[in-house]
Formats: sequence, C-alpha cells, structure tokens
Amino acid sequence: MKILVLGATSAIAQAAARLWAARGDELVLVARSGERLAAVADDLRTRGGTIETLVQDLDDASLYPRLVRPFDLVLLAHGVLGDPAETDPAAIARVLRTNLVGPAQLLTLLGEQLPKGACIAALSSVAGDRGRAKNGIYGASKAGLDAFLSALRQKLSQRGVRVLTVKPGFVDTPMTAALPKSPLFASAESVGRGLVRAVASGADVVYLPFWWRFVMFLIRVLPERIFKKLSF
Amino acid sequence: MTESWGRYPAATHALEVPLSWRAEASLPAARPVLAYGQGRSYGDACLNDGGALLRTAGLDRFIDFKDGILRCEGGVTLQQILDFAVPRGWFLPVVPGTRFVSVGGAIANDIHGKNHHRAGTFGRHLRRLELLRTSGRAECAPGDPLFAATVGGLGLTGLITWAEIALMPVPGPAVQVEAIPFAGLDHFFALSDESDARSAYTVAWLDVLAASHRGIFYRGDHAEGAVRPARARASVPVDLPLVNGLTVRAFNAAYYAAQRLAAGTRLVHYQPFFFPLDSLGHWNRLYGKRGFLQFQCVVPTRDGIRAVLDAAARLRAGSPITVLKKFGDLPSPGMLSFPRPGFTVAIDLANRGAETFAHFERLEKLVRVAGGALYPAKDARMSAATFAHSYPRLEEFAPFVDPAFSSSFWRRVRR
Repeated sequence: MKILVLGATSAIAQAAARLWAARGDELVLVARSGERLAAVADDLRTRGGTIETLVQDLDDASLYPRLVRPFDLVLLAHGVLGDPAETDPAAIARVLRTNLVGPAQLLTLLGEQLPKGACIAALSSVAGDRGRAKNGIYGASKAGLDAFLSALRQKLSQRGVRVLTVKPGFVDTPMTAALPKSPLFASAESVGRGLVRAVASGADVVYLPFWWRFVMFLIRVLPERIFKKLSF
Repeated sequence: MTESWGRYPAATHALEVPLSWRAEASLPAARPVLAYGQGRSYGDACLNDGGALLRTAGLDRFIDFKDGILRCEGGVTLQQILDFAVPRGWFLPVVPGTRFVSVGGAIANDIHGKNHHRAGTFGRHLRRLELLRTSGRAECAPGDPLFAATVGGLGLTGLITWAEIALMPVPGPAVQVEAIPFAGLDHFFALSDESDARSAYTVAWLDVLAASHRGIFYRGDHAEGAVRPARARASVPVDLPLVNGLTVRAFNAAYYAAQRLAAGTRLVHYQPFFFPLDSLGHWNRLYGKRGFLQFQCVVPTRDGIRAVLDAAARLRAGSPITVLKKFGDLPSPGMLSFPRPGFTVAIDLANRGAETFAHFERLEKLVRVAGGALYPAKDARMSAATFAHSYPRLEEFAPFVDPAFSSSFWRRVRR
C-alpha cells in the first residue's frame, strides 16, 4: 500500500506508521523538521517500510500540489494545541491555519486524485465535540475539521473513497507533555493501534479509546445552562 | 509519583524532562540529573531524590539493522527489540528476567541472564554507544575507558542516546526446556555443573523458606518448532498486599508439587521461559503500598551461598519467586559490573520497615564475609563500606562520573 503521512513526526502518526512499515508498506512522510523526520524515517525503514521523506511546512499551501498523488491511504496527523491563554490574533489564526484551513485545502485537492478504494484518515479530537474554556481555539479548529471531514466523506463516498475521522481523547504525547496526567490518558501506541484497526475496518468515525464515544455523548447532551458553569 | 519497581525508597524529583528526539536532547539547568527509562531497577539506582530525571521512553526508535547488528536509541525496550527481531530469526544475546527494561538501563546495570555461563553480561555484546555528557556528545566502544565506565556505570557517566547491539541468530520463538526437581544444594551444584556444559540457559527456582533448599532446576536451549505466543497479560489493578509468610509458604509448596509433576522436557514459547513474571502486569502491587526490597547477591563459594541461603530460610519471610544461578567465568566488561564467578540468588522481601532492614543487614554481612557483592540495580540498603569493599574498581570509575549526573543510590553509597 502507498501511504502519505502528514505530520509524520507526531507520536500517534509514528505509532501507526510503525505497524504499516512492519507489513512492508510504502510510506511518504511529511514533516517540518528534517532532523526529526530523518530519525523517524530510519526507524520505519529498519522496521521494513519503503520510505520517502518530504521536509515541508504544511502551513504553506503553495507546496500542496507536490503532495497530490494517487495514494491508497492518507493519514493527516499534523496539528497544534496552542496556548489556551493566548490572546494574540495572529497566534489564534495560526492554530486555525494548521488544524483546519490547511487540512481543508489540502484534502480537497487530494480527494480529487485518490483512486477508488482509497482512504483518508484524519486525526481530529474529542475536543471538537464541544468547546471548552480550557482549549477553545483548538476545540473550534477540530469542530471545523469534523464538519469538513463529514462533508468530504459524503462527497467522496460516491467515488468509493473513504474518509475516517479519528477522535482520540487525552493521549500521552509531546503535545500534551505540559498537562497533568490522569488515568484518562492513553498511550500513543494504543491509539496508533486503534487507528490502524479503524482504517482496516471501514469505520467512518472512531473514538480512541472507544469509551470516549459515550463520555462525549453525555458531554454533548448537557444543556448549556449547566455546561457553562462547569470547570472541567 | 515516579518510583522504582520495589517502590522503596520514595523520591521527589524537582523536574522530569520527557525526551523525544535524540538529536535535540540536552541537559537541563537543574542539577543533578539522571536518566530514567522504565523504572525497573528495584531500589534507588534509577531515582534522583531532589534532582531532575531525563525520561527516555520517547527515545524508542531503531536506527539501523544489518547482519544482526541493531543500532537503536537508548529508550527502546527489550520487548520492542524481541518483537522486531524474533520473527526475523534473531534474539537478544542476553535477557534479564523481564523484557520491560530499556537498552540504556540494560547497559547501565550491565544485566545478566540465564545464559551467563555462555554469553556473559549484556555489555559484552555492545559494539558502540553514544553518551550525552556535560562536555557534549561522546562515542565509545569496547576498549575505551569511558565504555568500561559506562557499562554497569549506573547511568552516572551521561545519558545513553543510542547503542549498537550484536544480536544472535535463533531458529524461532521456541525454547526446549527441561525441568528437574532437586532436594538440596548439593544436588543443585551437581545439576549446574552438568547442565552448564551442555545447555545455553540454566536457572533454578528455590523454595527459599524450606531449610532443605529444595527447588526446580531449569535448563533450556533455543529450538525449532511451532509454539504459540503468550496469552493476553493480566494485571494487578490496585495495591493488593497478598505476599506474606503464609501465602509464600502455600505458594511455594503448591509450585514445587506442580513442577515436580510436570518435570520433564517441553517445547515452550520464549516469553514464559525467560519472563514468567511479565505475564502479570504491576505484580509489585502484590506487596502493597510500602513495596518490597530485593536482596540479590553473588557469592564466590559453595559454602558461602549455603550460609546465605541457610540464613534466608530462617528469616521466615521471603518471596514466592526466588532464583538461584551459577555465574560463569566470562569477564564482565564494566568497572562496576555485578556478575563475577560464583552463585547468585535473588530474594524478594516485603518492606516491613526496621525488621526487614535488619534482615538485609544480616544477609549483607554474610555476603561480605564470603567475599561476595550485592547488585546495585536491586539494592536499596547496602552500606557504603560494603559497596567499596565489593567493587574494587570503584576509585578507577569515580573520575568518569559526569559532573551533572548523580542518583539517590550514588549519594547513598559514596557518603
């Protein structure tokens, strides 16, 4: 299988890519840092994958055309958490640019070129299910991404191309290193395994671990007059 | 809270830095620092009370694998290596009793396994490694003094960023194992002598509370054949202090009886043979919140090990899993390596405070008298005098300790 991994140095992407590399897949890895990308590429090559790397900033839309090829699978894994206390308009725009605008632009282009039977798997988050004071902009970017993926799924399903929305809960990764850890945190390995399984299973939307689906259902049905008083 | 496997002693760390990229790793301003991999040292060798920990679990990438030589980052676990290597027909040259340790930890403690009489320690199979030190990065290889200091060097010579390990070819995941009950130490000595000459792996389980020193001797070799991998792991979900004199006595009697009935030759998967305790996650919780201490010593003579085991049987405390093995005479490469010719035994004791410490002191004295040594990776109690006495290359080692690095263990034994 020929796989495009966007944000290949992210912990969840690495965990999934290891499983794909081990079965001998062909991986095109994209990330901003050449040094980090080389470390990931060496690892995946050693595990059995055929690896090509592209060092590029996925915020730069002018580079998108070179990524548009007939892949069997696209994993969109790049994203930023942002600082919830941030008030600088440019910083807020950057979170939306990386997590929502770029993916919408790129996946629109890619979707046109993917062959029948291909799959786009995109890392969203449970944070997109309901905006919280603690990560409003991040949550908004992921809510927007969810809506876009839903639309893309409808559009591409007619051509036999799948779109998988992956919604992890708290994951112990460098992105969340500063957050206090709790039993709610899952490892990047287990989320990566779940992602690979979901790609193979044909699911449309998957929560990882699965029980987040029930937790988020309960959180979504809370009336605003109660939700606004909560502090979680 | 970050703890060691024995959960004693407690330590509070001022800073914990998760490392993800070996090229970007740098030492924090906080002092002193120590690498922390999987926290599988039992005592305080992996702790740095009041200081900083560099957490290496994120340094878990392979770098290259060619002709049986694996180069990987220091936070890779032995489990990750085995999962990768066994399907390709390779195995680690030395494995300890758990596969959940990091490569950095395996080097820093110069670990040994059931094949010590054939393969020596883990450090003998290293080709090269890189350290991150205060002065920058330094590569070293067998023959370099810095290498001899780092192997078994308890993480004190710097952060191990990557290492190159020579794996060994195996026919597959199977191990042909023979279990032989023995009624006493003389029988064990005879079995060791006979088996070490013909089997790659030898180890004995000992009923530590029995004055007779009965047990089961296991000898094994890698073999061809189809075996199923281990079943799904169970895990102890909460602190559940079940280990006490009564349960250990009952367990040991049942285990001995069951193994006697099952004596003979079997083909098994490598996991239950090498790592029986790995099938029960968080088994350290069976000792409760106060944790436990392990006493692992090596004693050069038969009389010496007999004296230690006689004393251990009289303690009326002790563990369900006590292992006894004869080390071979292949030299260990590290200045502070623990393995040396003689007999090694590892006994777990629930932590009951002063009473347990007194037990340790009694056993420690016997080991000193017998000219033996205690294993830093397991230790939480040995005196500075015992350490200096049993590690004759200590003063040769000390200048290689990086000025930024220290550990709770090091401060305890260098008072």
